[in-house]
Amino acid sequence: MIHAIVFFPLVGFLLAGLFGRSIGSKGCEYLTTGLLLLSAFLSWYVFFTVGFSDVEPKTIQVLQWISTGDLTINWAFRIDTLTAVMLVVVNTVSSLVHMYSIGYMHHDPHRPRFFAYLSLFTFAMLALVTSDNLLQMFFGWEGVGLASYLLIGFWYKKPSANAAAIKAFIVNRVGDFGFALGIFGLFVLFGSIEFTTIFANIPEYMANGKDGETALDFLGYQLDRSSAITVVCLLLFMGAMGKSAQFLLHTWLPDAMEGPTPVSALIHAATMVTAGVFLVARMSPVFEFSPVALTFVTFIGATTAFFAATVGLVQNDIKRVIAYSTCSQLGYMFAALGVGAFGAGIFHLFTHAFFKALLFLGAGSVIHAVADEQDMRRMGGLRSHIPKTYWLMIIGTIALTGLGIPGTFIGTAGFFSKDAIIESVYVGHNAFSGYAFGLLVTAAFFTSFYSWRLIFMTFHGRPRASADVMDHIHESPKVMLVPLYVLAAGALLAGILFAGAFLGHESHSNHELWYNGFWRTALYAGENNHILADFHDVPWLVKLAPFIMMASGFVLAWLFYIRAPHLPKQLARQHVGLYKFLLNKWYFDELYDFILVRPAKWLGRFLWKKGDGWLIDGFGPDGVSARVIDITSRVVKLQSGYLYHYAFAMLIGVAALITWSMFGGVS
Amino acid sequence: MFDMPLLTIVTFLPLVGALLILFVTMGDEDGEFELAKRNVRNVALFTTVITFLISLLIWIEFDNSVAGFQMEENVEWIGPFMSYHLGVDGISMLFVILTTFLMPFAILASWQSITKNVKQYMIAFLILETFMIGVFVALDIMVFYVFFEAGLIPMFIIIGVWGGKHRVYASFKFFLYTLLGSVLMLLAIMAMYWNAGTTDISVLLTHAFPPEMQKWLWLAFFASLAVKMPMWPVHTWLPDAHVEAPTAGSVILAGVLLKMGGYGFLRFSIPMFPLATADFTWLIFALSVIAIIYTSLVALMQEDMKKLIAYSSVAHMGFVTMGMFALNNFGIQGAIFQMLSHGLVSGALFLSVGVIYDRMHTREIAAYGGIVNRMPHYAVVFMVFTLANVGLPVTSGFVGEFLILLGTFQTNSLVAFLATSGVVLSAAYALWLYRRVIFGTLDKESLKSLLDLNSREKLILYPLVVAVIFFGVYPTPIFDVTQASVDALLTNYQAAISQAGN
Repeated sequence: MIHAIVFFPLVGFLLAGLFGRSIGSKGCEYLTTGLLLLSAFLSWYVFFTVGFSDVEPKTIQVLQWISTGDLTINWAFRIDTLTAVMLVVVNTVSSLVHMYSIGYMHHDPHRPRFFAYLSLFTFAMLALVTSDNLLQMFFGWEGVGLASYLLIGFWYKKPSANAAAIKAFIVNRVGDFGFALGIFGLFVLFGSIEFTTIFANIPEYMANGKDGETALDFLGYQLDRSSAITVVCLLLFMGAMGKSAQFLLHTWLPDAMEGPTPVSALIHAATMVTAGVFLVARMSPVFEFSPVALTFVTFIGATTAFFAATVGLVQNDIKRVIAYSTCSQLGYMFAALGVGAFGAGIFHLFTHAFFKALLFLGAGSVIHAVADEQDMRRMGGLRSHIPKTYWLMIIGTIALTGLGIPGTFIGTAGFFSKDAIIESVYVGHNAFSGYAFGLLVTAAFFTSFYSWRLIFMTFHGRPRASADVMDHIHESPKVMLVPLYVLAAGALLAGILFAGAFLGHESHSNHELWYNGFWRTALYAGENNHILADFHDVPWLVKLAPFIMMASGFVLAWLFYIRAPHLPKQLARQHVGLYKFLLNKWYFDELYDFILVRPAKWLGRFLWKKGDGWLIDGFGPDGVSARVIDITSRVVKLQSGYLYHYAFAMLIGVAALITWSMFGGVS
Repeated sequence: MFDMPLLTIVTFLPLVGALLILFVTMGDEDGEFELAKRNVRNVALFTTVITFLISLLIWIEFDNSVAGFQMEENVEWIGPFMSYHLGVDGISMLFVILTTFLMPFAILASWQSITKNVKQYMIAFLILETFMIGVFVALDIMVFYVFFEAGLIPMFIIIGVWGGKHRVYASFKFFLYTLLGSVLMLLAIMAMYWNAGTTDISVLLTHAFPPEMQKWLWLAFFASLAVKMPMWPVHTWLPDAHVEAPTAGSVILAGVLLKMGGYGFLRFSIPMFPLATADFTWLIFALSVIAIIYTSLVALMQEDMKKLIAYSSVAHMGFVTMGMFALNNFGIQGAIFQMLSHGLVSGALFLSVGVIYDRMHTREIAAYGGIVNRMPHYAVVFMVFTLANVGLPVTSGFVGEFLILLGTFQTNSLVAFLATSGVVLSAAYALWLYRRVIFGTLDKESLKSLLDLNSREKLILYPLVVAVIFFGVYPTPIFDVTQASVDALLTNYQAAISQAGN
């Protein structure tokens, strides 16, 4: 069955990609969507059998990939609860996005290609989450990167789309650079890159370290076992930062919005960007042995959550707001992982997939309605024209902001997962958990503000679009709305239904119980990790904090964009520096262009013209040949043709010879 | 079953084809002339295909479990000094196949683009094929040297006669660079003969040269092999040669001739001079890392497609030398795999450039843009090869690169760290090239009448797509062939090092 889940999308890709012309656009759409729906149903089946019964986690071999020396790498599927959760997330969102795209892309002449790419992406993502070793994961990792590249640049006539596609690929490669080195490091330490072997050996390996021994020689530093693990974890995390658009490696994600909106929903919100979170959770047995690395994860996660939320406050492009929101929510997930709350991090990944996909597809529905306009300053007043989309967006927003009644089990998906993260961070023990708590709570306020700002700017107030656009405004077709209904249901109910399984019931104070019950061996908690027991018992105020932030964010947005619409402009004028700083995304693009892109280009040109041209060729072949020509042309001049020149030269020669033989040559 | 001297047949069959072509009279009248040209092309294609098919018998006959030489042929030739000794082992066998595999593509690529002196052109290529195969099957170091050097001549002629605008400059640069290195190698070979009393490679492999002498011999070989490879800083002949060479010339140059350098390191430098190898590893590492970063940066700024690919070849060869001198299983296996894969990928890339060059007669990147609108099939094919060049998993480019970096990391993590940054740069230059040529709107008048791949071009490019992906997903057949010989190479190397230590 797992074969079917993973390979159906591949089949869809190959058929649509190779025979797209003969099958036709309609055929490709139905074929790929149908296969994906099948995969999605099977995934839910796997999810329930693996997560909620006592079926043993297992590994299924498919084919040997690379085998040389003591390295053997297989194409294989590892089926445990973590994989099952990811299967559900990926296939559900992907199948809905496929369906949605039938409506959204119906004007596009290149639909077979579009659906082929979507299926290719899904296949790569499934290969990533089902992997039983780091290299297959790396394959999936690069595969989703490729699909993302192809889909961002899908409208290849747009120069900005092409630039964004390349940027996404290259920034991801910077992360992959770390990921690859991390894989090498683990191989040196454990002689294997299979999860089963590494996870089985690491506790013993760490326990048997000796003082002064060198486990890993990294860049000339002799590292003992615990430092070696830390270095490896940090390298792996670098890969995660790239893929999940974390602080410093985040610049590609907002630009990636150049791609079609369904792509943004699938790849740049629900699935691919969460691969980094998945990686850290999957490697939890290793990360748990490196407090330093985990602290760093918290630090980066919290920073991203805060940073991206601040930028989201002032963006005017509807998709960019949601993109920064995604970036920020990914930061939440990492913050949770960093304090050891792996269950909470993955739970947020799970719920976020529903409501963020909903928001993106809803935004797509808006964009579709207003003739491909994305600037919210030219929207407004759409509520009465597209009421279904409006209410769906409201559901997405309350789920994202985490509406719920504190202290009860009533609330939207985000209420359960985000609050769980904030509480976990509060009880976390690492050096940055206090820092993270502060930033995450603040970010919750920002989240609420920018989310409601989006709603108010888009749907409320006076229409700001041209009359022509307003005349043609229309609600999206069923094929686009049905996926939204499903996602809306997920956004509302995923928390209530699954919080118990993912986070453990409050009555189970011992975290062992829920690890054994739902996650079992899929996530690992070290001996000192009691976060799952602790986070249920936090002060009342901490439980209330996210709610307060959410409410005040809502009120402020209402004040700014409904009650007194002149206020934001006034504020922007008063704090022009800060506003510009946020609007220009903290100037990261400009900074990178200045310190990386331009120097690289300059250096390339310099090495080419000066290094190759002037130095190597100039003193090498060209120089030598020039000298040869130089000298020979002088020698040529000696051949003057006058007999007396030659006679004179000969005379000197004879004289020199005689002198030499007289004074010691012949002795 | 096969009692015939397979290696001799495969080596000299192209020469027979060349002889046949020699007897084709070109005729004076137009009709006759065209007919003659067609005959010449057909004979050349037929010869190379047959050679490839027969060479597959070598692979079939090959025993993967044997580390030493197989299918040996040994005939005494010039007294005790030189014997006609051929044979293959796991390291050399696949290079023979690579050569015979690429040749039909090279001939097909010249089908329409070469119109003058077709007869001489095809003869030059067939002679070149004999010399190239000879290099890989020779088991007498003098025979090796003869093939190694003789190969220069047809290539020199191909570039110099059928090349582009600056072909004469390029061909001389190519010739002088490679010849200069080779002279030192010849001296080293003579010294080896005086020391060991034989030129037989299989004997030389077991001969222990004095440590001090090893250094000089190693350096002399290095001078020649580094130019062939090419390693930084003796790489500048390559971009010029590629740019000026006709498409097929570039394919063979990048696909096969560059591999002779790597093959030489594995056949001579490492096993015959192990102590010197250990001493000079730092040098190779330094030059390789410089090559990877330096040439990748230079590739980024190229304005000529072929030059860009040529520079990327230098960077990839940097990976190869680095992997070999990591001196462990992964490094060497990866290096061999990378050479074979690069043979396919760079050959394919040059063929792809040739496709649009034949249409537009320019290699300048700025002259293109938006080609996907007119040539969707071409865009897909070129994308696959670009990704293979970038080293994306599931293409053959990935497997080699991964193993090389893994092996190097085990030996020296700093070198691996620096080299891995090349992975980022390669993505940058390759995708940027792709974007500028293929994507965008098609608004240049000259491009509006472009036609997509014709059936001949599909016949050339599609098999390469399949091969590149097949060996990326399932590289095992390659590793099976090379494993035993690589193991033996490493065992002998370790033994020599530890013996010297005692």
